[in-house]
Amino acid sequence: MTPSLDQIFVVAKQTILGHVPAAAQPLASAVLSVIPILVIFPLLFAITTVLERKGLGRIQNRYGPNRTGPAGFFQPVADGIKSLTKEDIVPLSADQAVHFLAPVLLAAASFLGYAVLPIGRNMVIMNMNAGVLFFFAVGSVVELAVFMAGWSSRSKYSLLGAMRAIAQMISYEVPLVLASVVVIMQAGSLSTVAIVEKQAGYTGIFPHWFVFTPWGIVGFVLFMIAATAESNRSPFDLPEGESEIIAGYYIEYSGFKFALFFLGEYLGMFATSGMAITLFLGGWSAPFSFLQWIPSYVWFFAKLLALIAGFIWIRGTLPRLRMDQLMALAWEFILPTAILNMLVAGVWRFMPAGIVRWLVCAVILAVPCALLAQGLKKKKKFQVRTYQFAE
Amino acid sequence: MVGEGILKGLAETARNFFGSYVGKDRLTTIQYPEERLPQIEATRSFPFLVFDGQDAQQGLRCVACQICEKECPPKCILIKKSADKKPDAVGKPQFYPAIFDIDISVCMSCQICVEVCPFDAIKMDVDYNLSSDDRFGGLMLHKEQLAKSNQYYNEIHPTEATAVDTFFAEERAKAEAKVKAAAEAKAAAEAKAAADAKAAAEAEKAAPAAQEQPVGGETK
Repeated sequence: MTPSLDQIFVVAKQTILGHVPAAAQPLASAVLSVIPILVIFPLLFAITTVLERKGLGRIQNRYGPNRTGPAGFFQPVADGIKSLTKEDIVPLSADQAVHFLAPVLLAAASFLGYAVLPIGRNMVIMNMNAGVLFFFAVGSVVELAVFMAGWSSRSKYSLLGAMRAIAQMISYEVPLVLASVVVIMQAGSLSTVAIVEKQAGYTGIFPHWFVFTPWGIVGFVLFMIAATAESNRSPFDLPEGESEIIAGYYIEYSGFKFALFFLGEYLGMFATSGMAITLFLGGWSAPFSFLQWIPSYVWFFAKLLALIAGFIWIRGTLPRLRMDQLMALAWEFILPTAILNMLVAGVWRFMPAGIVRWLVCAVILAVPCALLAQGLKKKKKFQVRTYQFAE
Repeated sequence: MVGEGILKGLAETARNFFGSYVGKDRLTTIQYPEERLPQIEATRSFPFLVFDGQDAQQGLRCVACQICEKECPPKCILIKKSADKKPDAVGKPQFYPAIFDIDISVCMSCQICVEVCPFDAIKMDVDYNLSSDDRFGGLMLHKEQLAKSNQYYNEIHPTEATAVDTFFAEERAKAEAKVKAAAEAKAAAEAKAAADAKAAAEAEKAAPAAQEQPVGGETK
């Protein structure tokens, strides 16, 4: 453990605050906490876009961008300059104010979620006692922004995309929250800091992460599926399906407003990934007890990058779902499994610790899940379509 | 099993991801300015004018007959015939194009100009790096830019160029043979004429003598 290196940012902030007059301290503290978030995560977004394009290229046996700067790593700079210098077109019949506000609201709402994410030991902007609740409440503002964009553009494609987005995001909001409820049940707190501290202990060299329990792994998988759908990423990218409705709700946006939508989408993905790390993967804690000397924020960002890589891998693999498949997955499979998972979390809470508890919980989860999946598979029967007039 | 297909797909994409770093044969992309695909022989972009010998303008095969200009479907060729005649590579006086322009922004690479040219003077080029930041001037190729040597033609289309060269060599040989034959015939005719003249002269010489005698005899 190297406390000095681990707490370097916290100590730096306290040192700076010491030179600020007492009256201005709350404001200075807020600014000092917020600015790093406003710098680091958009920077991570820039790096992610180029890594994603390179990764997707490799998945498709291509090179990906490799022209701008060393190995193509200045591509985001070029993209940024391009989107800043492009003409900002607003449709004549669009609702000007709402059309302008939608991307701003989206980006702002995406940033708000970071307020409760502990990105390191003692490194959280706001240790709210209802942190998880705040996170999901702010996350649903994104839906409002998306619908504002779709409605104000006054375009059929925009509206279709926005309606798809609303349907999808509301449907997946439910399993997203239900999947995280198990962690709240176990940790007994809605505070993200308390949840991470609950997972920070070690048995031997192994950590007490919630993902290593039966309900934890199921909750994590369900959470990640729902998070993919929430951030409108492939295979759940119906709201912006290029082959069907061109670009969905942001089709009428160009230039920097489009870039803001893009930024908001990625920030939402990072925030939900960060929440998944906080809830299931032990937040900033090291994966093995002998690796604790590495600073906590390094672990948080390592886990974040790993989850982003997972998102990219999934995006490069799976084709887009159909709308009915998307809804069926949410309401017929993920929702019952999440509710069952809550039951299992209750069983786990009241059984004595040991291997028996682990096995019992695993069986309670696995058997109904397998049966449900089998049943849903059987239900899908293709019928020969008969036409009334065509034959 | 549920999710088996997803796992299979993930394995396949992972194989592609890592394989593309290991095996270069997976990557089909040609890194264009640094790497180029070898061109097939029938590649064609836009027409150019072939010249023989060293001097590009002197050796142009084109005699400004304007057939290609008339045949060109999109009308991208402009030819102005010269007023005077200049000796070509062989030394024969010919008309030459005072102006020969091809607008490659209009040209559709149909190769009809090449088909109709009776002098094998216009051929298809293979250069495709012709983009220009000058929209009009940069895409209007003049005689100077269009003239390319026969060696270059041999490099880009070896089979075709060899056939053309063989044809020209045969033609030249035939022409030379004709000239030779004509010269021989002329020489023979001249010799014959000379011999005739000589014989006539001799006969004339002899005739007055023969005539003189009787005449002289008579006069005597």
